[in-house]
Amino acid sequence: MPAPAATTATPKGRAYGILAEFDTPAEIMRAAEVVRDAGFRRWDVFSPFPIHGMDEAMGLKNSKVGYISFTGGVLGYTTGMLMIWWMNAVDYPIIVGGKPMFSPFGAFPPSYELTILLGSFGALLGMLFLNRLPRLHHPLLKNKRFAFATHDKFYVVIETTDPKYSETETRKLLESAGSRHVEWVEE
Amino acid sequence: MAHAATTIPVHPAPAVLTREPLVANSRSIAWISDAIAGVAEGKTPVWWWAAFVPAVILLVTCFSLIAYLISAGTGVWGLSHPVMWGWAIINFVWWIGIGHAGTLISAILFLLRQKWRTGVNRAAEAMTIFAVMCAGIYPLIHVGRVWLGWWLFPIPLSQGIWPQFRSPLMWDVFAVSTYFTVSVLFWYMGLIPDLAVMRDRAKSIPRKFLYGLFALGWTGSNRHWSNYEKAYLILAGLSTPLVLSVHSIVSLDFAVAQLPGWHTTIFPPYFVAGAVFSGFGMVLTLLVPLRSVLNLKDLITERHIDLMCKVTLATGTIVGYAYAMEFFIAWYSGNPYERFTFINRALGPYGWGYAWMISCNVIVPQFFWIRWFRRNVVVVWILSIFVNIGMWFERFVIVMTLHRDFLPSSWGFYAPTWVDIMTYIGTFGLFFTMFLLFMRFLPIIAIAEVKAITPYADPHHPLGGAKSGGHR
Repeated sequence: MPAPAATTATPKGRAYGILAEFDTPAEIMRAAEVVRDAGFRRWDVFSPFPIHGMDEAMGLKNSKVGYISFTGGVLGYTTGMLMIWWMNAVDYPIIVGGKPMFSPFGAFPPSYELTILLGSFGALLGMLFLNRLPRLHHPLLKNKRFAFATHDKFYVVIETTDPKYSETETRKLLESAGSRHVEWVEE
Repeated sequence: MAHAATTIPVHPAPAVLTREPLVANSRSIAWISDAIAGVAEGKTPVWWWAAFVPAVILLVTCFSLIAYLISAGTGVWGLSHPVMWGWAIINFVWWIGIGHAGTLISAILFLLRQKWRTGVNRAAEAMTIFAVMCAGIYPLIHVGRVWLGWWLFPIPLSQGIWPQFRSPLMWDVFAVSTYFTVSVLFWYMGLIPDLAVMRDRAKSIPRKFLYGLFALGWTGSNRHWSNYEKAYLILAGLSTPLVLSVHSIVSLDFAVAQLPGWHTTIFPPYFVAGAVFSGFGMVLTLLVPLRSVLNLKDLITERHIDLMCKVTLATGTIVGYAYAMEFFIAWYSGNPYERFTFINRALGPYGWGYAWMISCNVIVPQFFWIRWFRRNVVVVWILSIFVNIGMWFERFVIVMTLHRDFLPSSWGFYAPTWVDIMTYIGTFGLFFTMFLLFMRFLPIIAIAEVKAITPYADPHHPLGGAKSGGHR
């Protein structure tokens, strides 16, 4: 671990935020609670895997992906039923085996599959939309140290745009939360 | 003290029963990244080329024979009255059934909170996608006039007619294409955090660029994980009814027909159980050698193999029950055609196929009652191959029901031609080409998911940094 003194220099460019590194999930969780209780808003926790209980530690609300997926599912089912009814009973009806032109039972399997299809697209695309992804550039991805966020380290990043942000106090807060490595992240 | 008689007997504290860990040798989370990503990094091993070249040759064979079939017509296959559905439908059902284990592992075991799934889900999902690709070839080429295959989709035609949605073959089009699409979405979503791992480890510019592009800018943000986990749960919840519906609809291709031996209500559950059974057979066939070759024995442990053998045993036994019940109903129904069909299946000209089916699907999995068989990887591998063979014969037996229908004057016999046989062998070329490319370039085990099930990832475990009494 490099000496903290080496990282106190202010960044050359505009600062994106301040980054604090932690070694274990329990440490980052304690730190997240400290940052949450200090009332920060524009901040985040980065980890190589989802940490159970972190949403509460950060004070996050339940994800909204479910609503988007549900809308997709409803759209899929309605599309399937209306499409089959219109095609086989309205636009070009043909008698097949004495069966009714439209029956909800015969139309159910394709509509059911379309429910799942559009519901799944809703889940994946909804997740990407809520996360504002794909994003091919991010200040953190330029940071050498941050590459360990997908390996085995844990980070708290507080953005400089946060109303409670202060160049000296925020750093002290993160150090007191137990981080042995705090550094600036350039924009 | 004279009150010895009133002493309350104190039982010794029970020995702590520890579960066999899912990641052996207490490997750290850094080790997990290095071991899994390492498979897709570095110099290509010689054995990979030794497997890849034959696979590509078979792939070329497959597509050459499809070209031959399209140019010459379906007469090059062994199809002839009364068996107008031959190896094409057998192979279609066989391949698509294999895919079902991947979805079972990734979706149903996720909903059931089976943590061991993380060791095998990525490879099993890849297997699903490639198996569905192999399956998907057959419905297209077996229609004969392949260039009209797009008529299967509800696309406006100049003649103004629409697909006929009262037919289970149309349901199949929707089921299979949805299954393929959703399997790819689920697999890709699981890959996003792992592609970010590959991006952050990459040394060369092209690797950084390509992994970076497909990782979509993933940073591991907890605000992102929160939405990601919810979306993953929803996809698992949607894939579960999907996988059950796909093979049910495949079975309706048969069961909706008014044919003795096919027109039965047991088909959907029996097909789903058989599909999962055959899929686990294929997962074992693939992963038992791979865990040795790729040095991943700490991540795909004997416990994983053991558990997969148990699922194979359970589903194989359900299949055995279905065979028995089918026979019983044929007798109990009092329908002479139904009875004849079943006796003819077991003792008729294709009785040898029936014998293969029963031995491989009902008898072979019974070995897995015994722990020694489940823990002996060589034995597991051999038995898993018999499962694959047995499930092929199950579909063979079902399709060969066609050879003797109501009128003896229309009875016939069916044999495949060399084109049938080589096209089927060629689909293995497609499967293995895709699988080998997958393991060369993508993480073969879900890195982030395996990390999350280790004690190092648990903020309430001492190894995760917890002080006594939780993370505080």
